[in-house]
Amino acid sequence: MINFVYLIPLFPLLGCVTLMLVGKKMGEPSAGYFATAASGLSFIATVVTFFGLRALDVEERQVTKTLFEWVPAGNFSANAGFLVDPLSVAMLLFITGIGTLIHLYSVGYMHGDENFSKFFLYLNMFIFAMSILVLGDNLLLTFLGWEGVGACSYFLVSFWFSEEKNAMAGKKAFITNRVGDWGFMVATFLAFASIGSIDYLTINGTAAQLSTPVLAAMVLLLFVGVMGKSAQFPLYLWLPDAMAGPTPVSALIHAATMVTSGVYLLTRVNGLVYEALLHAQWVTNIIAWVGVGTAFFAATIAIAQTDIKKVLAYSTVSQLGYMVLAVGSGVFVAAIFHMITHAFFKALLFLGSGSVIHGMDNDQDMRRYGGLRKLLPITSATFIIGWLAIAGVPPFAGFWSKDEILLSAWELGGINGKLLWFFGLITALMTGFYMSRQVFLTFYGDYRFGDPDKDEVDQAWDGYIAHAEAEKDEAITAREAAATKLEEANVAVESRNVAFAKAQMEVTQTTSEDDLAKAQKALDTASGALEKAEAGVVSAQDELTAASALVDVKDQAVSSVKSEAARRVEPEPGEQRTAGAASDFLPDAVAKRAEHHPHESGWQMATPLVILAFLSIVGGVIQLPFTSEVHFLENWLEPALTFEHKFASSAGTKVALAVVAIIAGAVGIMAAVSVYLRNQGDPAKIEKQILFDGWGYDRAVTAFMGGPGAKMFDAITWLDANIVDGMVNGTGSLVRGTGSTVRRFQNGLVRSYAMSITLGSIGLLVWFVVRIAA
Amino acid sequence: MINLANNLLFAAEGGTEVSFPVLTSLIVIPFLGAIGVALVPKGRVEVHRLVALMASVVTGAMSVWVLLNFDRNDGGFQFRNPDPNVWIESLGIRWDLAVDGISLFLVVLTGFLFPLAIVGVKPEHSPKNYYAWIILLEAGVMGVFMTLDLFFFFVFFEVVLVPMYFLIGSWGHGNRIYAATKFFIFTMFGSALMLVGILAIVFLHEDATGIVTFDVVALAEGQNWGDTVGRWVFLSFVLAFSVKVPVFPVHTWLPDAHTEAPTAGSVILAGVMLKLGTYGFFRYGLYLFPEAATWFAPVLMILGTIGILYGAAAATMQKDLKRLVAYSSVAHLGFIVLGTFAITTESLTGSVSQMVNHGLSTGALFFLVGWMYERTKTRQISELGGIQKSAPLFAGFFTLVMLSSVGLPGLNGFVGEFLILLGAFVANPWIASVAATGVIFAAVYLLWAYQRVFHGKPRGEHTDMEELRPSELMVLMPMVVLIVFLGVYPKPMLERIEPSIEVLVAHIDENVDDWTEPTADVLIAEDSHDDEEGEEGGEGEE
Repeated sequence: MINFVYLIPLFPLLGCVTLMLVGKKMGEPSAGYFATAASGLSFIATVVTFFGLRALDVEERQVTKTLFEWVPAGNFSANAGFLVDPLSVAMLLFITGIGTLIHLYSVGYMHGDENFSKFFLYLNMFIFAMSILVLGDNLLLTFLGWEGVGACSYFLVSFWFSEEKNAMAGKKAFITNRVGDWGFMVATFLAFASIGSIDYLTINGTAAQLSTPVLAAMVLLLFVGVMGKSAQFPLYLWLPDAMAGPTPVSALIHAATMVTSGVYLLTRVNGLVYEALLHAQWVTNIIAWVGVGTAFFAATIAIAQTDIKKVLAYSTVSQLGYMVLAVGSGVFVAAIFHMITHAFFKALLFLGSGSVIHGMDNDQDMRRYGGLRKLLPITSATFIIGWLAIAGVPPFAGFWSKDEILLSAWELGGINGKLLWFFGLITALMTGFYMSRQVFLTFYGDYRFGDPDKDEVDQAWDGYIAHAEAEKDEAITAREAAATKLEEANVAVESRNVAFAKAQMEVTQTTSEDDLAKAQKALDTASGALEKAEAGVVSAQDELTAASALVDVKDQAVSSVKSEAARRVEPEPGEQRTAGAASDFLPDAVAKRAEHHPHESGWQMATPLVILAFLSIVGGVIQLPFTSEVHFLENWLEPALTFEHKFASSAGTKVALAVVAIIAGAVGIMAAVSVYLRNQGDPAKIEKQILFDGWGYDRAVTAFMGGPGAKMFDAITWLDANIVDGMVNGTGSLVRGTGSTVRRFQNGLVRSYAMSITLGSIGLLVWFVVRIAA
Repeated sequence: MINLANNLLFAAEGGTEVSFPVLTSLIVIPFLGAIGVALVPKGRVEVHRLVALMASVVTGAMSVWVLLNFDRNDGGFQFRNPDPNVWIESLGIRWDLAVDGISLFLVVLTGFLFPLAIVGVKPEHSPKNYYAWIILLEAGVMGVFMTLDLFFFFVFFEVVLVPMYFLIGSWGHGNRIYAATKFFIFTMFGSALMLVGILAIVFLHEDATGIVTFDVVALAEGQNWGDTVGRWVFLSFVLAFSVKVPVFPVHTWLPDAHTEAPTAGSVILAGVMLKLGTYGFFRYGLYLFPEAATWFAPVLMILGTIGILYGAAAATMQKDLKRLVAYSSVAHLGFIVLGTFAITTESLTGSVSQMVNHGLSTGALFFLVGWMYERTKTRQISELGGIQKSAPLFAGFFTLVMLSSVGLPGLNGFVGEFLILLGAFVANPWIASVAATGVIFAAVYLLWAYQRVFHGKPRGEHTDMEELRPSELMVLMPMVVLIVFLGVYPKPMLERIEPSIEVLVAHIDENVDDWTEPTADVLIAEDSHDDEEGEEGGEGEE
């Protein structure tokens, strides 16, 4: 039954090739179900292999199955061979299992996408590459899978490639991982150069014979690879950005499976790591500290994220840090245990977030969520289970595995072990906090989707003020018009006055009868006009007074709106944000959102949620801490581990540590309850901008790459075009000893040389042909 | 009937049970093809094309025949006439052809790429001259890879310049005359000194043995020159090959030549012509001058590494897509130089396979870039964008070829690079570790370029680029099949290369007193701590 192992990668490979050829024709949803079936068959093959392995005696449970010799050269040889042992099979069980669930989920999630079948092609390709990564019996074949899943991640993150942001994120993921892959490759070289083989069994078997520097170098180089793939500081940068991919991809690749392969790799070479723990503890200390440091660091960032997927992304980085801490403490079982429970609850959380995003019209901002508990009943119930699991609430899965890791760190002993434990504990507290925050913001409180956010309210007030100011300007224009009118009226009076005076003069100076009557008549007319003009002045005066009054009114309105805008306060935590008097000026998007009604997703998406929720509840039973009989995982993995690790602490210590851990988680949850549920504190005091920005690290790296980094490359390009080329060209012309006529000289030379060579060679060949013909 | 065919085909030239002068025909057929093209009147365009195509297809088929009949357990020269035609008796110049594991795949690659280059793109004008030059070029390239006579080697090495000069100069783009002239002057200048070197060692050999011969095998076995002379002459050869490869800092002709050359010219230039230099390093560097080669090895390893990083850095900032691919060649060929002069079985095997792999993936890249140019009339990255939307199949093939070039395991590019770095690591861990960073940069420049050209929103005037045509697909498919096959199952290639590499390494070992091949197992320390584990004591040590 062990031979069923060949089918594990075969099914998804066939699925991938088939979809490549006829996927478009299959269309939606057939292509999706087809890929799901391929992954499901792979899961069944894994189950069969599992039972086949179980049927063997414990000592025989490491079987190498060789397909063919892959890269043979000189003394080097790498097979396409599978190492079937409890470790690889345990990994494959959850990879193909969860993989199948996520395939099914994607049928619902990717509904209507124009590249529906291509998405499933990549998913199948990923399952194939991942199974090769896990099954490879040597570093090089694992590296094939390792880069293969990286390529799939690249394809899937940039799946919606038309958005510049997504394309950028895909590229960033691949390149950052390549930095880590450098370490992996050099470690492979070192293994060959020192051991003469890169097979895991040989490496683990001869680890004890390696000199300490070689051992240290090999483990650290592999760890560089792990930092890339398992998103540890300082190479974690790509993972939060990788959320640009469709959410099922985030769940499968960037939470449950691919990102754990670094931890898997170190467990695969546990003989090496264990030797380092014994003889070069500074190496494993580096691993442990990078792990716990990353866990802590990422948790601080997760606290301030507003994007539902970003919280989960940083949470994943943080949880991977825990696993790396376990490896650095030499307790591989704890690492694998947490890897499995984490795969359950983190896949669940991501899929749940996908369901929320789906329901919320692709809005990922948690500040607009709230109260979704009633609207998305299945999603919220399962999400809450995932939350309890990750927050370390007993008896959910995460509690047991996290507890083992903290115990492992504690047992390293000394101040080192205590400090590692302490940081792990604080991280657990923060985990309780940020996950509770997420749940409360999303599922509890009031439904805020139609509420305007701060920007929108600001926009509304700005609109309102602008409106008032426009009215005031109108009034001012009116007043100016009135003033002009008054002035004109005054001018008219003036001119009428002059005319009247002139008419009077005429009357007094006229002597003739006839003329006098005429002058008298003109005087009457002038007097009439003057009166009329004076009346005009009065009315213009009135008009101006009225306009000025209106300006005053509008001016007051503006200042009152302004002062109202200035007086508006941040709503109390929990209070609804409104635009108040400015409501009429809210952007249209708000009204549009208010009309949106969240909906629960279809069965394809709900089923995986329910199954994963179940696993997140009971997942802990695979490794219960009570007696050695219930250490199922440990007993199962034993043949794959070079050294058996036993916890040395007394039962009392274990219980005490567990209780402390529970309390830490509870404190985190209670803090979130008081801030986000009961509104007893100001969230802004916790969600600092610097945390939101991830301590500015990403921006600094980007700035360096875009700034001095790009400048350096530019300089090389310039150097090449101007100095190197110029020098070599220059030497050339120097030899030929001319300056300005070089070009023509060269051309002439070339032509004649070319001609003679051509003629010569033709002559030679003709002569030769004649010769052999003779 | 079959017997007759057998006799006809394989009846007179000795060697590996072959009597027909099959290797000779690999040169003569394309040569006759060129004459054929020249004889057809000017107006009959299709006939020119057909004649050239037929000649190259027949040559390709025969090269495959050589591959199939190659004895993979034999590291020596095969298909060699035991009694070669003496050409100029008094000068010891002989028509002496053979292939071994090092040249075999280069011969096959040549036979494979030329028909594709002829089918893949049509010339914009004067098809008659174009096809004549291309097919003549094939004859010259074949000659370089197969001859064991230094005189003919030099002749062929020079002959190939002429067709390429005209291909770039007449059918190239923009600044083609400058590019062609630069190409010609660089490579010719490089090989001028080599001629002096050739004559020097032939005369020194005559002084010692009284025999005038240009036979590489006899010269290499004799080693009848002192270390000092050997080193100087080696340098003259290295200069010629370095220009051809090209090795930093004499690489600057390449970006111009590649960019301005017509598509078929770029494919052939990258696919096979650069390998004339790397092949020269093997046959006329390591084999002919083992002492000098080992003496200069560290310098050349470093130059190779500089090429890897420098080529990658320069490629990153290119604005012209074709120029970017050209610079990527500088980086890829840097790997080959590194592997050649690390002189371990792994790195040498890797170098030979990398020659083939680079020919396939860069050849395919040049096809794709060329077809893009045909459609959009621009190679400027900034003028392109979002092409994946309108031409997803085109983008898919580009992705695959790009990932091969990036060195993704499972595709052909990885195998060579990995073996080169692995072998180089055994020889010098520090240089190899630095060179391995080239793998990161390859991802940087190619993925960045891909993002700008294929991803994002369609930009500029080229929003609807035409999808891959069936005829183009036919050209691309064989290359892609090989790219995948040689990545998944490189063994058939590696196991045919390796015996000859072992012979070469043994030859170096024999002729250089203080040199042994660096091997693995060197780093397990004396003071291992297995005693502390109480397990079986120190078996891993030798």
